[in-house]
Amino acid sequence: MKLDLRKLKLRKVNETLQSIDLKRNNKNYTILNPEGNHAICAGLTDDIDVTVKGHVGYYCGGMNQNANITVEGNVGTGVAENMMSGRIHVKGNASQSAGATAHGGFLVIDGDASSRCGISMKGIDIIVKGSVGHMSAFMAQSGNLVVCGDAGEALGDSLYETDIYIKGKVKSLGADCIEKKMDNKHLKKLDKLLKKAKLDKLKPKDFKRYGSARKLYNFKIDNVSNY
Amino acid sequence: MCGIVGIYLKSRKFEKDLGKMLSGMLINMESRGPDSAGFAIYKKEKKEEFKYSVCINNLVFEKFKKHISKQIKFTSILKNSDHVILSSKEKPKKVLAILNEFKGVSLVGYGKSIEIFKQIGNPKEVVKKFNLENFSGTHGIGHTRMATESAITTDGSHPYSTGSDECLVHNGSLSNHNNLRRDLTKKGVSFKSENDTEVAAGYISNHLSNKKNLKETLKSGLNDLDGFYTFITGTRKGFAIVRDEIACKPAVVAETKDYVAIASEFQAMAHLPGVNMAKIFEPEPGIVYSWGN
Repeated sequence: MKLDLRKLKLRKVNETLQSIDLKRNNKNYTILNPEGNHAICAGLTDDIDVTVKGHVGYYCGGMNQNANITVEGNVGTGVAENMMSGRIHVKGNASQSAGATAHGGFLVIDGDASSRCGISMKGIDIIVKGSVGHMSAFMAQSGNLVVCGDAGEALGDSLYETDIYIKGKVKSLGADCIEKKMDNKHLKKLDKLLKKAKLDKLKPKDFKRYGSARKLYNFKIDNVSNY
Repeated sequence: MCGIVGIYLKSRKFEKDLGKMLSGMLINMESRGPDSAGFAIYKKEKKEEFKYSVCINNLVFEKFKKHISKQIKFTSILKNSDHVILSSKEKPKKVLAILNEFKGVSLVGYGKSIEIFKQIGNPKEVVKKFNLENFSGTHGIGHTRMATESAITTDGSHPYSTGSDECLVHNGSLSNHNNLRRDLTKKGVSFKSENDTEVAAGYISNHLSNKKNLKETLKSGLNDLDGFYTFITGTRKGFAIVRDEIACKPAVVAETKDYVAIASEFQAMAHLPGVNMAKIFEPEPGIVYSWGN
């Protein structure tokens, strides 16, 4: 089924996709002429496949549950923000805060993601085939961020328990983020994630792992002058 | 918030459509700035002639024309809504002194090729009022304002122009503008409003007048201007964008073989010809991107 945003209002398109009778309808939908509109495919709950033909604006696929969304273009700020489950595949570049605060699901970005990718992520797996900008995985709590290119300044600042895997260079690490040993458990996990993103040719051992030093977890009186 | 847009033509293909392209970009940025709008267009220039963009506010055009013509010789005086474009072969210093003294009008910009129009109101109304669609030119810059730190007035609207053929639009806010204004005033730069962006425009003019090029000027601005910003700035032959190091204020660039378009959001440029085939990227924080000189 084709939904043309030049003919239909965005609210109508999202309502249609949010209330699908899976017994009656097919699972495949295509959105035409997105023209940078915001909140395309926000709040989807069903296991459907949606392809967006073009560039989109902010918060594409926000709060997604179960849906499999493919964007054949670039995405604006906050793609997959607060995603719970499902999969979002961006074939172009992503603007800032990709996958912000997302609890689950799988986000693949073929190009680069700019600053604050995975900010406060809470369980999502994010794979960026290109590079990420500054402050990526800021206050990230859970899940995995995999970057096949480079990472900008202050990677993983004030990090909790997200695992970060970077193949390229890291400009600098944020407060409390350190390089960690990559043991078998992590190699296996990374291998699985790379295969899921169809990146079979990449070797997990070429990546470095970063995580929390866990020194900012609790308040220490010795640090009081830093506040 | 605020929306900023700009378009720079790399070939002559779209010169006649420049106004139409810019107009669509401004209208699409209404959601980011419904309070006022403005634009600067760089048009073909005539030898030895300078153009002065003036907002005559509530004055009657015929009266203004009569009075101003008595004081200085103009080759043309063209009315466009409440703005007037005056052309003259006289030296700018002389003309500017007279226009600055003329009661009830505000000079919004001058130069060999620049024309500036800005007014309070919804972007859709503003572009219609000045017939932006009918403009042709080589490059243009526009702004839709959501007023935050100063009042909704014509003087508080962008673009700001503080030097010949220069203009600046800004999304964000500066925190050290009062200090900078004092420093620049000492160096001879004059300001018309309390607006932070006007200070950034004055800073750029001051550096350019000291023979620095646009790229160098904006690079030094990264150290001297404190706050949040995405700036688009235009000169007679050039066009540039810069974002502060934190880069909270958005920007997207689309480049084809015929043009470079910049906007706060992609939706502002979705109507441009061939944009879906353009090279589209987000300018990196703290890096100056420029085209032309």
